[in-house]
Amino acid sequence: MGHRRSGGCYVVCRSCLSPCVRSGNDRRKEDAEDPDARQARGGPWPSFVTGLKRLAKDESKPYAPVMKDLLGQLEHSYETRKGYWKGGTVGVIGYGGGVIPRFSEVADKFPASAEFHTLRIMPPPGMHYTTEVLRKMCDVWEEYGSGLIALHGQSGDIMFQGCTSKNVQPAFDALNDMGFDMGGAGPALRTSMSCVGHARCEHSCYDEPRAHRLVINEFLDEMHRPAMPYKFKFKFSGCPNDCTNAIQRSDMAVIGMWRDDMKVDQKEVKAFVAERGRSYVIDNVITRCPTHSLKLADDDTLKIDNRNCVRCMHCINVMTKALHPGDDRGVALLLGGKRTLKIGDLMGTVIVPFLPLKTDEDYEQLVDIGRRVMEFFADNALEHERTGEMIERIGFANFMDGVGLPIDPNMVSHPRTNPYVRMDEWDAAVAAYEEGRKGQGAHNKGGQS
Amino acid sequence: MSARRAVESGVPELDPYLHPLLKKNYGAWKWHDRPRPGVLHHVAMSGDEVWTVRAGTQRQLDVYTIRTLCDLGDRYADGFLRFTSRSNVEFMVASEAQVAPLIEALGKAGFPVGGTGNSISMISHTQGWLHCDIPATDASGVVKALMDELHEEFIHERMPNKLRISTSCCEINCGGQADIAVNIQHTKPPRINHDAVGNICERPTVVARCPVAAIRPALVNGKPSLEIDERKCMCCGACYPPCPPMLINDPENSKIAIWVGGKHANARSKPTFHKLAVANLPNNPPRWPEVAAVVRAIIHAYKDDAHDWERLGEWIERIGWPRFFELSGLPFTKFHIDNWRGGRGSLNASAHLRF
Repeated sequence: MGHRRSGGCYVVCRSCLSPCVRSGNDRRKEDAEDPDARQARGGPWPSFVTGLKRLAKDESKPYAPVMKDLLGQLEHSYETRKGYWKGGTVGVIGYGGGVIPRFSEVADKFPASAEFHTLRIMPPPGMHYTTEVLRKMCDVWEEYGSGLIALHGQSGDIMFQGCTSKNVQPAFDALNDMGFDMGGAGPALRTSMSCVGHARCEHSCYDEPRAHRLVINEFLDEMHRPAMPYKFKFKFSGCPNDCTNAIQRSDMAVIGMWRDDMKVDQKEVKAFVAERGRSYVIDNVITRCPTHSLKLADDDTLKIDNRNCVRCMHCINVMTKALHPGDDRGVALLLGGKRTLKIGDLMGTVIVPFLPLKTDEDYEQLVDIGRRVMEFFADNALEHERTGEMIERIGFANFMDGVGLPIDPNMVSHPRTNPYVRMDEWDAAVAAYEEGRKGQGAHNKGGQS
Repeated sequence: MSARRAVESGVPELDPYLHPLLKKNYGAWKWHDRPRPGVLHHVAMSGDEVWTVRAGTQRQLDVYTIRTLCDLGDRYADGFLRFTSRSNVEFMVASEAQVAPLIEALGKAGFPVGGTGNSISMISHTQGWLHCDIPATDASGVVKALMDELHEEFIHERMPNKLRISTSCCEINCGGQADIAVNIQHTKPPRINHDAVGNICERPTVVARCPVAAIRPALVNGKPSLEIDERKCMCCGACYPPCPPMLINDPENSKIAIWVGGKHANARSKPTFHKLAVANLPNNPPRWPEVAAVVRAIIHAYKDDAHDWERLGEWIERIGWPRFFELSGLPFTKFHIDNWRGGRGSLNASAHLRF
């Protein structure tokens, strides 16, 4: 394969990824001689520092001195290995959140970037843009901000970074006039994300942008006037591939799901087997099924045990022409995902195995479940406690009882392993279970309709 | 200052920003394939076809870079573009003939085309020294250094399955779960600026934030402050965001840990958290060579040994952790053994052993 020079700094072997790197000391010595260039220099990946420098050199623009000092502070951070921003209170009229205030702790050295606030602005669902609207945003940010925009932050916001306190209001007014609104920050409903979904994906099991807008726009008061115990996040993924990472990264994950048999085009199955060979199909499709629900028949068609399929998406991902989600589509809802602080990582867990999402009433039902969960959270969580932690503290069954959602065996990996519970209301619970089964009607496949 | 009140318009409508071909076939797509790395080809029920060209960006975009992307969008993609959650830009192209010229134009403008299929996509990352108020390292800088090295795996699809990386500048881990996560790990309790605590911090809040109840109110030099039981403190940094005088960040003692095997998708196996691979790597800007070397070693072992379609965590699940430490060359220590709540569930309660 040979070696590839990347920017004079690193030499990386293509086949083994092993480097021939000069020692850190050598590089530090060289960096000291050329400190300005050290973060930007070389390499095939686009450099953010190159962009910062261009803004800093843009003498005709009001942000040039700001960006010059911002680069100075960043260099200072690289030299001392410390950050120098502190928070504060900055906002726009009528809203209690959405601006991330940043005041420099080294403003005496770098006065022009002493105030470098961020405006979190919600993008359209799926992060689609016209070039026209992006250019207008650039114009606004040239006039009022630093010329630096992150597309996008981890929360899903467009982050207009680098604004003085004075310019926050006029910058927001200009963006608001364009039809854009502030996102969430602090103990509030947060900006949401939805996958590309209906716009360009054949796996999509519901109209994600519709659900995204309907749910978030219903609860804007909770976003713009933070008054919850802590943050609350929705994320919308069109299928169990979960491209928005909703199960781990949101309080309520809305995951596309189907309930009937997956759709199979046996002609395309045969074509796939003919193209890739039987052993490829056996190794990479049949034996990769987590519940052993696939069988390659002698005539090169697929036999599928749909009752035991867990909708994991693998076979559909591999055989995109031959396999598709079924027609009885909707969503599964999982609640309580978060990372680390305070009690450790939590995945979201199933609170609704299946909610059809086709009619207007179905979508209203989704909003209603969202409202019940958020209200319960607002009433019962401790300060700075996320939904997952609240459930950990009060118990899942109590939570479900509190929000008025029926329990289902799809909600556990396995039943309890210890006897430490009072069971004197067992008979009543059995009666409720029998009542629930009657109510499930035609779709009695363990799902809840 | 203007007295204008906000129009509380919320999430904007999608329609005005959606490429006409995507609007026409909304919710009616049939299948897709990938003609080459960085290009998706979607076919609608109607028979319409659209080609998506994906390219990496630096996420922190200056207006000139955004306008360059807009120029490309105007020239090749009918004036539309979108971004992925990993800050890749996507141009939807109505004619196959436009794909190659767009790829060439992106290349000339310095944007690598790739990040699709079984590749290493752009690193999901945090704000770092550029903008965060609690960072112990930079984010964009680590990402730039790593993506320079991993560029060849971005523009090709030759990994066993997709590989997702995240970086985070503190233990809150805003970068999220990933196949490989590069996160700050503090190793010393916070130093306390006692002169500032009383004026800046709401002390009961800070006490309540500590996961191990190691912080308590105290009078220091006659002033209200806080004290830490350093035997209890596990250096998570949770006290620092509500109380900046709890100085947790340290140029030498805020180290970097690397975690492996996180997975968001439900494909094959259930979603998983990443697990500790190695800690105590130096936070060494501007190129973080020690971090890069470990990331490379892990990727190398995975690429060499995993079966097709195994994500990194699924590969380790199959070969076992003893083999992972052997193949990656990383040490196994007592710090890999979980002693947090529920930690006993991660011990091997069987005679399934590997030699």
